[in-house]
Amino acid sequence: MLGFLLSFIPRAVGQGIPLMYGAVGETITERSGNLNLGTAGIMYVGGISGVIGAFLYENSAGPENMNAFLAILIPMLCCIIGSLVMGLIYCFLTVSLRANQNVTGLAMTTFGVGFGNFFGGSLIKLAKADVPSIALSKTSEFFSAKLPFAKNLGGFGTLFLNYSFLAYLAVIIALLASYIFFHTRVGLHLRAVGENPAAADAAGLNVTRYKYAATCIGAMVSGLGGLYYVMVYASGVWSNDAFGDRGWLAIALVIFTIWRPVHAIWASILFGGLYILHMYIPSGTNLAIKELYQMAPYVVTIVVLILTSLRNQRDNQPPASLGLNYFREDR
Amino acid sequence: MNKGSLIHISRRKEISWWRAWLVRLAAIALALILCGIITFFATGLNPISFYAAMIDGSFGTSRRIWMLLQNMAILLCISVALAPAFRMRFWNLGGDGQALMGALGAAASMILLGDKVPNWLLILIMTVAAVLFGAVWAFIPAFFKAKWNTNETLFTLMMNYVAVQLVAFFVIIWEVPKGAGKIGIINQNTNAGWFPQVGGSKYLLNVIIAVLITVIMYVYMKYTKHGYEVAVVGESEPTARYAGINVKNVVVRTMVLSGALCGVAGLLLVGGTDHTLTTTLIDGRGFTGVMVAWLAKFNPIYMALTGFLIVFLQRGSAEITTMFTLNQSYGDIITGIILFFVIGCEFFLNYQIHFRKSHKEVA
Amino acid sequence: MNNQIPILELKHVTKRFGNITANEDVSLSVYQGEILALLGENGSGKTTLMNAIAGIYYPDEGEILVKGKEVAIRSPKDAYHLGIGMIHQHFKLIDVLSAAENIVLGLKDNGRYNLKAAYAGIREICDKYGFDIDPAQKIYDMSVSQKQTVEIVKQLYRGADLLILDEPTAVLTPQETDRLFQVLRNMKADGKSIIIITHKLNEVLAISDRVAILRKGRYICDIKTSESDAQQLTDAMVGHSVKLNIDRPQPKNPKDKIRIEGLNVRNKEGVQKLKDISFTARSGEILGIAGISGNGQKELLEAIAGLQEIESGSIVFINEDGTEDNLVGMDPRKITAKGVTLSFVPEDRLGMGLVANMDLADNMMLRSFRTGRSLFTDRKDPYELAEQVVDELEVQTPSISTSVRKLSGGNIQKVLVGREISNVPSVLLTAYAVRGLDINSSYIIYDLMNRQKKKGVAVIYVGEDLDVLLELCDRILILCDGQVSGILDGRTADKQEVGLMMTSLGGGKADE
Repeated sequence: MLGFLLSFIPRAVGQGIPLMYGAVGETITERSGNLNLGTAGIMYVGGISGVIGAFLYENSAGPENMNAFLAILIPMLCCIIGSLVMGLIYCFLTVSLRANQNVTGLAMTTFGVGFGNFFGGSLIKLAKADVPSIALSKTSEFFSAKLPFAKNLGGFGTLFLNYSFLAYLAVIIALLASYIFFHTRVGLHLRAVGENPAAADAAGLNVTRYKYAATCIGAMVSGLGGLYYVMVYASGVWSNDAFGDRGWLAIALVIFTIWRPVHAIWASILFGGLYILHMYIPSGTNLAIKELYQMAPYVVTIVVLILTSLRNQRDNQPPASLGLNYFREDR
Repeated sequence: MNKGSLIHISRRKEISWWRAWLVRLAAIALALILCGIITFFATGLNPISFYAAMIDGSFGTSRRIWMLLQNMAILLCISVALAPAFRMRFWNLGGDGQALMGALGAAASMILLGDKVPNWLLILIMTVAAVLFGAVWAFIPAFFKAKWNTNETLFTLMMNYVAVQLVAFFVIIWEVPKGAGKIGIINQNTNAGWFPQVGGSKYLLNVIIAVLITVIMYVYMKYTKHGYEVAVVGESEPTARYAGINVKNVVVRTMVLSGALCGVAGLLLVGGTDHTLTTTLIDGRGFTGVMVAWLAKFNPIYMALTGFLIVFLQRGSAEITTMFTLNQSYGDIITGIILFFVIGCEFFLNYQIHFRKSHKEVA
Repeated sequence: MNNQIPILELKHVTKRFGNITANEDVSLSVYQGEILALLGENGSGKTTLMNAIAGIYYPDEGEILVKGKEVAIRSPKDAYHLGIGMIHQHFKLIDVLSAAENIVLGLKDNGRYNLKAAYAGIREICDKYGFDIDPAQKIYDMSVSQKQTVEIVKQLYRGADLLILDEPTAVLTPQETDRLFQVLRNMKADGKSIIIITHKLNEVLAISDRVAILRKGRYICDIKTSESDAQQLTDAMVGHSVKLNIDRPQPKNPKDKIRIEGLNVRNKEGVQKLKDISFTARSGEILGIAGISGNGQKELLEAIAGLQEIESGSIVFINEDGTEDNLVGMDPRKITAKGVTLSFVPEDRLGMGLVANMDLADNMMLRSFRTGRSLFTDRKDPYELAEQVVDELEVQTPSISTSVRKLSGGNIQKVLVGREISNVPSVLLTAYAVRGLDINSSYIIYDLMNRQKKKGVAVIYVGEDLDVLLELCDRILILCDGQVSGILDGRTADKQEVGLMMTSLGGGKADE
């Protein structure tokens, strides 16, 4: 049993961290009243931007002469800039131009996934690889660097210390976001904007500024999830469409975590576990049944959606203005 | 209250139809120019050749025209299916799953009954199964929406993935040959359950059916009592209750219709053209359909236009993709850019911008 | 007190909305440590005037002086920098936040965000003036009275010296009102100034130092409360009866049509909106319902129309043949199916009575589209009906296929009333049928009511203009606090009497 946990939990964490970034980023966005269905696209853009940065650096410096600091900084910066641009597009359309949030989000997903696959495909061609993927194993090594002594600490080390720094960063961002939401003035103002922009406006808050800031920060956080997936989980291998539906699951996780980033920490690892559960359920030669096991995260999400709609507790409701654009003269 | 602000935005009362179309066309033109510039930097293709290639990719040969029509038929069928649900503000993002379930129903009938019943009966059973499967997939989220106001956006979305896994399961069950991991062409030898060819093309029937569904949906939404109820519910729930409309029933009924028609789209793919079942059969058209429907303001006739725009972009960029051996996702980028512009231009239809000198006048 | 500089002074303030003048040439002043009551009927421009002080609207003409200096108040923020705080009827609070969080919202204090320090500041204010709130309590857990307290504390916390309260007692129980008044007196003793908007005379007399009266947007006079009485204030508020020359035919052969007994209704928040209402509406007569708006009129009509959940009581419809149907628990569709022809002109025309984005013809069939067994809607009859309504009621519209949203208020109302009357009702419910209409359109509507009455329809007319109610209606039922304050004969009732019954149950007899 212990052996199972020691192999299962680290893999669940590995699957869960991209979801955690996505869910926390989306929560920050939704707290301002913006429902960004483009998160899936943003995570693709974040991932591929990081890959492009890493690719350029790896090829210009050569695998032997890579500086650890730059090898991490360049992809991260590229990732953040790429996601930020996506966040700005979303804000410009929905906040400044007051376009429908759902439709804008879907268009962002089309664009973002296309963007990721297009540049992914172009890089694969550039790298002249035999397989339809691109491997940045050197950069990935820097990203996946673990504490040197973690392996020697037995089960404790494997379960808690044996991860990439990006995994810890995700947890720190989640904790920080929770702290900011509930213990700072900025967080109070942000929640006010998401709940009731008219009242926040009357209280002298700049609704537009809060919406832009929260959505862009949220997009950057989500984008890091894409980067983690490529650089750490997939060991630096980008292949098109590999990221799959994780962006959508991240959005669903926001409901599951009732808009509290701190819950995203355990919830995303749980969902990461559901994601890989099918590999651990013995099914013999029956390959088909494995496909049914893979429904687990989606079915659980549906059950959670139903349960949250059943228990109508006031504190667990979405921000009241979620999905609605604010126009002062409409009040 | 815009202190010192030089720009004042106000809601537009109305805009004449020709100006509205002018704004939309301008947005599309701007987006196409931008796409041309981007393509120039990506491939060195000069913009004139870019547009020529787009047109060539869509209309260049009769085969390309048929592909364009076939793609339009399926996209239109799904968009039209989604329209009534959106008309009452029910965000059905589950078009993919509903269509895929329809495809599953049709494929299952073909595989299980292919050699047991006469062809006409088989096609009938396929149709019933596809409609039923699609409808059930839409009914589930609609029921919970009506009963407990469960968030339909994510519910329908998750139903897509459940459908994908379900199809993946059956693909393995029915795989040919064992271990191939795919079904291949169903009833390749007997052609059982294949739609008859009309006019010598395997695409024409699908196009006819899609056009029929579009016209019927137009009539349904505009001229029937059901369509009227959907419109009232979408406008205002208090008004609907005032008019004695049972809002919950309308929600469930309309979603079932929506799902059933998505199922038909799946049927057309399996029975009409592809004759196989894969998890990627629908290819995100449930999402594209949302945008097609939304851009057309849920009017089925306009959807033919917006659907054409999207398919034209995809087919045209597919041509550029092959010309320059680019990645096929190039089309998604072009589509994304056009969508951003078209979505953004709605602002200029609904709002007016006044520039003013900073003086004492206050809102 | 009056020889000092007023804390706030308005000079010749005028505010117009389009071609409607909400305030005309109003001059007014408030002094430190004074409670001024602003008295006036619905639509007399009290709230508009106060909104101009609070930075919601900007006056078109006139000056506002604070402590003797002319100021421009362009936003609520400007108002609060000048020490002016307004408590609106609709509280601007965020439900999921706590009281303290709402109070400090938007404040840019220096230093760290510290709710604990805010708690202390809030407690200090509470102790000083006698409020009782828990700073950590969430707004959604609070009663209306507690929410109001939070709003007042919020303004005080921001350093307001002048508080404006817009009908603060409309939502309070008598006990809560007493407590509020005690707090207001404490604040006055501390040197704060207060303007309180109200309709209730007994409250004016109980709390204010001075009363300023507005009528139809104009400033009428101001009177020292100690030198006044209820009668004088009512006279000033409602003015002299104006002869409108509205036709009022004698009811012919009135028969009981709708009998309501012991009706109790609570809204979604559990607040009792109607309390033990009993009355009968008769065929061939117009029953007027008078009352300050928000005293249960909306709930009463919606209860009869089958749109409001009923706690207890009965609503009985009496058929031609004398048989009776209890309408409680029926929705509009079931009521129609019963054969009860009940027409309803709701207050919210575009949000309930009509579909804003549909054209006239489509709106005509909103209540009747189900008739017949065809799957398709019949478009011909509604179209003809629309033409008929446009023709008979002189609706100004570019065409029958114009969205009603694009019509003016008066024309929208004609379309709605026209449709409801075309139904040949036996009961016609109307809520504020002439609100926002010009004189001509109003007379067309009165005429329509009278024609229905002559046809033997039981008309229930909820109105706000007392002069109209007194000339149009055969009987007038006065609602106050969701209860029947009295039912008077329209031909003999006088305006002052009705005014008194609107502002206090039974015309204040119970209080004296």
